[in-house]
Amino acid sequence: MKITKETVSYVAELSRIKLGEEQTERMLGELSEIIDYMDILSGVDTEGVEPLSHVFSINNVVREDEVKPSYNRTILIENAPEHTEQSVVVPKTVE
Amino acid sequence: MTWETVMGLEVHVELATKSKIFCSCTTEFGGEANTHCCPICTGMPGTLPVLNEKVLEFALKAGIALNCDITRYNKFDRKNYFYPDLPKAYQISQLYFPFAKNGKVEITTKSGEKKTIGIHEIHMEEDAGKLIHSPFGDATYADYNRCGVPLIEIVSEPDFRGSDEVIAYLEQVKSTLEYLGVSDCKMQEGSMRADVNLSVRPVGSKEFGTRTEMKNINSFKAIEHAIEFETKRQIELLESGGRVVQQTRRWDDNKSKSYAMRSKENAQDYRYFPEPDIPPISVSEERLAALKAEQPELAGPKKLRYIEQFGLSDYHASIITLNKNIARIFEQTAELCGEPKEVCNWIIGNAMYLINERSMELGDVSLSPRVFAEFIKAITSGKINKSVGKTLFEVIFDSDDSFDIDKYIADNQLAVIDDDGAIYEVVQAIISANPQSVEQYKEGKTKVMAFFVGQCMRQLKGKANPDKVNKIIVEELAKQ
Repeated sequence: MKITKETVSYVAELSRIKLGEEQTERMLGELSEIIDYMDILSGVDTEGVEPLSHVFSINNVVREDEVKPSYNRTILIENAPEHTEQSVVVPKTVE
Repeated sequence: MTWETVMGLEVHVELATKSKIFCSCTTEFGGEANTHCCPICTGMPGTLPVLNEKVLEFALKAGIALNCDITRYNKFDRKNYFYPDLPKAYQISQLYFPFAKNGKVEITTKSGEKKTIGIHEIHMEEDAGKLIHSPFGDATYADYNRCGVPLIEIVSEPDFRGSDEVIAYLEQVKSTLEYLGVSDCKMQEGSMRADVNLSVRPVGSKEFGTRTEMKNINSFKAIEHAIEFETKRQIELLESGGRVVQQTRRWDDNKSKSYAMRSKENAQDYRYFPEPDIPPISVSEERLAALKAEQPELAGPKKLRYIEQFGLSDYHASIITLNKNIARIFEQTAELCGEPKEVCNWIIGNAMYLINERSMELGDVSLSPRVFAEFIKAITSGKINKSVGKTLFEVIFDSDDSFDIDKYIADNQLAVIDDDGAIYEVVQAIISANPQSVEQYKEGKTKVMAFFVGQCMRQLKGKANPDKVNKIIVEELAKQ
């Protein structure tokens, strides 16, 4: 897979990250290297190998349906860049 | 040109578990903002979600009851999207191996038409939070209490051609999930939500038109209106030479209009990939068999039993059995009083009227079978008549199980007047007070009978047997 400048801008937009011209150039190089490195895997002969859907061979890890106390709200929302006493505040999402 | 509407439905249903799908926070509706949250459901780094076993059990029960093939090996995937209602910036959902596929639901529309609607798949996923937009200023407040509440999304095939089919299907699905006890399916509280994918095409065409998706529709009535509106909008667009743009539209029920939601380019790129935190789920044959054996009697078989056991008509039996709670009230009452048809008539004629008038959920009706059975006995024994019964029914509909119906009848003097002497007295008084009507009667204008009966019944406060009153009036008039 070839990484272009457009790919970098697209991924940045999906991630809501603003990249300057210089940063886009740098990312172009780094992302290309990563993808090329991963591409080594394409050379492996996988004929007759079942696709893997999870790295550990364990199934059905579940817990009981039991309510436990929730977390301290003040500490939880403190992590948001902007918040009131009750809620996380974000820029208005509707017009 | 004649057009055909083609629709497919995505129905989201909140499962009635106590705790969330991947953490132990409560799923309770409401509550102060962000008080039902923890580091897992708010997507803090380094947390490990673990699947709630009840979610899997409820989901499997729903899949079996909706006639799906259950995937023996299913798993979760991450659906990435950036929106403030989802603090993780991805939703844990199922794309590649949903737990159920290829189901079907048999529906009967209002006009009696039968049809089979295909279910493409059902998957498990987590709900997102709620955004509250400030009516002033520029802020939106995020409440993450609903984040991580378990959902199943039931994706139908594009098999719907009219809103009556959509309503019949939703009623059927709601009924089934309520019987299973896996969801309370309250549209008003958002525990059942439907998105409608709709396109139009010329009748006879095999190709599908370009579709739009309508979200935010939260009642059966709103669904009907939204479908009507969108069908008309698309046809007008096409007939005036325009084209339908594939987009998501938000239904505004207050304005009876749908609006295109602001959609950025590339917004639909979810970049799904396997969820690494949650190991796959395998479902054994034994487990499937056990769940099948546990399945309670659903509306379909219950309806056939009611026709057979209680002699109800097909139509009445389908109304009575649609909702688990109503069927329970019917059956318990019928067993207590031994008058199933009478019970059925009062439910359909009177209870349903009150339920509609108050826009109640059928599941919230708390009519006590014991009180209801006493009421039916008072009617069938002739202790009270039907017109008094109508008023009294409203009283018992709102009362609790401790209500003493005999005492109420005595206290309010509602019992039928058995004393013929009292009736004669009233009839004679009415006749002597209305000589001109008596003349008319004698001239052969029998229509005045209705007047006499009405007057007498009013005087007797509706508590006499109308046939008897009628007979006494005729008798007394003959003497004039």
